[in-house]
Amino acid sequence: MLSFDFDYYKPVTLKEAVQLLETLEQQEKKTMVFSGGTELITLGRIDLSITEAVIDIKDIQECRVMGLNEKNLVLGSALSLTKIEKANLFPLLTKVSSEIADHTARGKITLGGNICAKIFYREAVLPFLLTDSQVIIAGAKGIKVLSIHDIFHEELQLEKGDILLQLETEKSFLGSPFLCIKRRQQWNSGYPLITICALKVGNEIRVAISGFCPFPFRSKVVEEILNNDRLSLEERINTVIEVLPGPILNDVEGSSKYRVFVLKNLLREIMMSLKVEV
Amino acid sequence: MKTHTIVLNVNREIHMVTVRSADTLLYVLRSKLGLTGAKPGCLNGDCGACTVNVDGWPMKSCLMLAVEAVGKKITTIEGLKDTPIQQAFVENFAFQCGYCTPGFIMNCHSLIEQHPDADDEKIREWLESNICRCTGYEEIKNAIKSVLNKD
Amino acid sequence: MKVIGKSVIRKEAFDKVNGRALYTNDYHSVSMLSAKLVISPYGHARIISIEYKDALNMPGVRAILTGAHLPLTGESLRDRPPLAYDKVRYHGEAIAMVVADTPSQAKNAADRITIQYELLPVVNSPTEAFQPGTILVHPKLGDYVKEQDMNPVPGTNIASHVKIRKGNIEEGWKESETTVEASFSFAPSDHVAMETRCSIAEISPDGNVHIMTSSQAPFMVKQLIAAYFHEDLGKIIVTTPLVGGAYGGKASVQLELLAYLASKAVGGKPVKILNTREEDILTSPCHIGLDAKIKFGADQNGMLKAAEIQYLWDGGAYSDKAADMTRAAAADCTGPYHIDNVWCDSYCMYTNHPYAAPFRGFSHSELSFAIERTLNLLAEKLKIDPLELRRQNAILPGNTTPTQVLLNKSSVGNLPKCIDRLKELIQWEEGQVVEVSDRTIRAKGISCSWKTSTIEANAPSGVILTFNRDGSINLMSGVIEIGTGTKTVLAQILAERLKMDVDKIHVRMEVDTQTTPEHWKTVASRGTFMAGKALLEAAEDVIKQIKEVASPVLRAEKNDLEVANSRVFLKDNPSIGVDFKDIVYGYQFPNGNSIGGQIIGRGNYILRRISRMNPETGEGRPGPEWTVGAYGVEVEFDKIDYTYRLLRAVSVIDIGTVLNEKAAKGQVMGAMSIGLAFAGRETFYFDEFGRVLNPQLRTYRPLRYGENPEYLVDFVLTPQLDAPYGARGVGEHGLLGMPGALGNALSTAAGVSLHHLPLTPELIWRTKGGEENAFL
Ligand SMILES: Cc1cc2nc3c(=O)[nH]c(=O)nc-3n(C[C@H](O)[C@H](O)[C@H](O)COP(=O)(O)OP(=O)(O)OC[C@H]3O[C@@H](n4cnc5c(N)ncnc54)[C@H](O)[C@@H]3O)c2cc1C
Ligand code: FES
Ligand code: FES
Repeated sequence: MLSFDFDYYKPVTLKEAVQLLETLEQQEKKTMVFSGGTELITLGRIDLSITEAVIDIKDIQECRVMGLNEKNLVLGSALSLTKIEKANLFPLLTKVSSEIADHTARGKITLGGNICAKIFYREAVLPFLLTDSQVIIAGAKGIKVLSIHDIFHEELQLEKGDILLQLETEKSFLGSPFLCIKRRQQWNSGYPLITICALKVGNEIRVAISGFCPFPFRSKVVEEILNNDRLSLEERINTVIEVLPGPILNDVEGSSKYRVFVLKNLLREIMMSLKVEV
Repeated sequence: MKTHTIVLNVNREIHMVTVRSADTLLYVLRSKLGLTGAKPGCLNGDCGACTVNVDGWPMKSCLMLAVEAVGKKITTIEGLKDTPIQQAFVENFAFQCGYCTPGFIMNCHSLIEQHPDADDEKIREWLESNICRCTGYEEIKNAIKSVLNKD
Repeated sequence: MKVIGKSVIRKEAFDKVNGRALYTNDYHSVSMLSAKLVISPYGHARIISIEYKDALNMPGVRAILTGAHLPLTGESLRDRPPLAYDKVRYHGEAIAMVVADTPSQAKNAADRITIQYELLPVVNSPTEAFQPGTILVHPKLGDYVKEQDMNPVPGTNIASHVKIRKGNIEEGWKESETTVEASFSFAPSDHVAMETRCSIAEISPDGNVHIMTSSQAPFMVKQLIAAYFHEDLGKIIVTTPLVGGAYGGKASVQLELLAYLASKAVGGKPVKILNTREEDILTSPCHIGLDAKIKFGADQNGMLKAAEIQYLWDGGAYSDKAADMTRAAAADCTGPYHIDNVWCDSYCMYTNHPYAAPFRGFSHSELSFAIERTLNLLAEKLKIDPLELRRQNAILPGNTTPTQVLLNKSSVGNLPKCIDRLKELIQWEEGQVVEVSDRTIRAKGISCSWKTSTIEANAPSGVILTFNRDGSINLMSGVIEIGTGTKTVLAQILAERLKMDVDKIHVRMEVDTQTTPEHWKTVASRGTFMAGKALLEAAEDVIKQIKEVASPVLRAEKNDLEVANSRVFLKDNPSIGVDFKDIVYGYQFPNGNSIGGQIIGRGNYILRRISRMNPETGEGRPGPEWTVGAYGVEVEFDKIDYTYRLLRAVSVIDIGTVLNEKAAKGQVMGAMSIGLAFAGRETFYFDEFGRVLNPQLRTYRPLRYGENPEYLVDFVLTPQLDAPYGARGVGEHGLLGMPGALGNALSTAAGVSLHHLPLTPELIWRTKGGEENAFL
């Protein structure tokens, strides 16, 4: 139950949505893009989120596309996670997605919503970081296409009035070998203790991690070490630990020291399963 | 607009209701339509007690605004009559206090609709969306499997 | 027997699968107002000021209440203000309450109330609370009004101290060749009933107080509201519809008091207060925590000779029911083993944690973790098989309990038999550890339990039976349908006794304290026993009345009559008789003359020969009988990362008689599931301010579908002679052995001794020294 009131808009065209955002901005109304909307609904009830207006983007065609063109896979930001899993065009994403929240909730949670979320795991971004995907954003100044590495630093660096429209991933990555492990505090439910995704491109391994720091990341330095064939597996893993970004999470899911232990095991598992030569 | 007069299709009946933008579907079902079968357990998307079926899929009605449900077909537990899954829950003792039951049944009902051939893994994937604190889940497993196997 | 033992479908089953089953929050009316609490964000703080003028002027607001001038409450000790006054003592404690037209308006106004606090140092564990000279949670402990059984120690954080002094402990140590000593601890956690607590109150102009509440104890609500607020007992009418899970948590009286106060503040208008999940976890009472020290001594043959036990219960900020749990734990402090020399101190400690409600098992699963882990340590030291150690020390008829009750075949079940069956079911002979791959092993752990129900010595239960004109019966009992199916079992018992079709027995699910005979509280697995006894008496009463009316009609002696199949007939010639429908509303002769009238049966029961425990030695009879059980858990354990899966869990319980097979198994499996979640995952995480960091189901996680093990449940049948059809209590027992068995399985698997709950991979890692070796 949300006790505060807000205006609800559900534009059907992108143009309308962008204009609405501008207008509301001019009226100095606090406005929120509403995709799955679960963030406002769940954080709003405990006073961690508030808004005066929401713009529901689920009816906007551009936010709902899902398909392959000659070069890329294009996924709209308002697609629910279950829709994406069902189509299974991007097996790595399907795998990551299928571990987020629970099946019913994923019928409401959207791709864009997860990537733009305040709840900092944003696990769905991991596959896009690994595949150097493009991010398509609509704003007052038109449509922008950016490499995810230029716009995703801990979180998506959107400007006021921006709408994340789509993510575009090169088809060539879709068949690459991958491994994705979500380790929780205990058993099979809950937030990640650590979620790690790895993709093997040629002989090189790429990894992206959520739940270790208060943001998801992919690190070039980490990958260089993991792919450094002058080091033994243990040396690589121990060196990686030294170059990880901080701060390391220390919360009810697990202490920071324990997370390091878990991450080391996960890295070992990934290196062995994906047969990275050591 | 902060309030809306909307049309909802619930259990194949058309209802016109006035709601706040902020009202969840769960709230409107229970407080405006008197359909108290869907239960609040957390209002946070965690427990599944509020699960209904929207356009054939399970939906936690606490995670959906009523205004988002316009144009969709909503089925609540009150909309099911003598379905095999309801019968299976009774026969298999798949509940005790019964508070989680409407949500579980609506989720199972959707699963049967979407995947009549669901295997154990699929069942697990779907049913872990709901919490039952009374049973040990064994009886719920027997109930859903008895229905899936029949098809 | 025809009906007893059968898996009769619950009477309310069809309502439950059709969404028609109504729980308290499903009752709503247009005139009903909503109450919303303002709760403390800190564990311990002085309230400097509460500013609520702005809030009062918000739309829809009808009243705002604070704690000034409210009487102190508490079941055994009056230590708790219904709304915190002057100080807050736990995170989540209610400080102010807004009553408004709608839930949203109430919340908006509650958000507008500003409270200034001055932080106080926090007592963050019972061990801290026990330190001499520490911060006092209740400096005025000595001034509180208390019940006879309470032994508070003013000037300390001890809300109650219960002693067990059995035999001669010095002698016990002398006889002991081997001793082990170990400490255990775990923080409080929660019940997580899927229905959050809800209460509705209305005070009518004639002064009648109507309360509807999701409670296990509506009769207690009535009694306490009368006592706390000086209302006439007979004017308080408490109604309880179906309850959406309780597990002990709804045996405490808390939200009802607030609903009553809220209604009173608005001139008696109906007011509903519904806990959010967060409030249900934080504000309403929780599952108790424990710090325990156990020392066992055994002779060279592994026979237990001495036990010295200290339980520091984390009762939280208020003693309420924690004091009773402290006592129950003392009474069964050793676990189900025969030990002649026992010294136990069980303390109910005040801390700045949420306060405790009963939790399924009433302190027994908790103490059992400490006892059963220590026994394994002893077995290791003695080089005796842990199963054998338990078997040879198992409590038997002829032994005495810690409170010196001499047991007989009826008052205690057959533990050795449970252990033998467990041994087969868990395939003990296969070995405690089996390699699965170079990385994983399967490991087993076992435990045993016993429990008596330390409920009030004069706890009553009553039953009324009325007939309908068609010969069917209405059964009314004060037992609450919290999910245990007790009312269906009662119908079975009645059907069995009257030899009639169980479908012709209608059970009233809702209880109201004005027209339903009292059943003390629906707790402690005592529903079937007590209500069953009352029911059998009512059945006798009905039979007697039917025969009385039938005697002149059939022109036969009452003794020559028999009742079965909804008829009364001649024993020696069943073809001569009358159907119930022709006699239970009076019998009418062909000429119109009538005799008799509606038959109304009554029966009641009060526990017998229960006595208070001696304050110095503990001697006394705390409960009627001891149900025993043996348990096993098998896990698949990863030796590298310490993660594990629950493979199988076994419970073998001596339940006397199986009254309803599927319902009984369901009770046991459900209890095992809660026990495993408690053992493996559930806990409150506190920060240094005493704040609970995980008050949502997102972060406080009960077991989910698929995380559960395969359950193996079996029963041993040693009848309790004075119980209906010999049945023993079983509602709680599946839970009791789970923490101990899981702890033993994992300690064996990991090769370290685990002393805390929950048993997470991180705990195992830390116990194995992971933290010291970690690089950060
Ligand atoms: C039950 C439950 C369990 C969860 N478990 C997990 C988990 O295991 N792992 C995990 O990673 N997360 C988890 N989450 C968090 C969840 O993924 C995020 O809260 C996410 O925001 C939900 O997606 P949504 O579509 O509902 O987002 P919304 O609520 O619609 O949006 C989230 C935020 O992103 C902004 N936004 C959304 N779409 C766009 C867009 N297209 N352009 C610009 N801004 C946008 C919104 O304004 C808002 O601030 C869980 C959530 C729930 C309810
Ligand atoms: S109430 Fe909707 S998921 Fe719990
Ligand atoms: S039956 Fe009680 S929670 Fe499922």
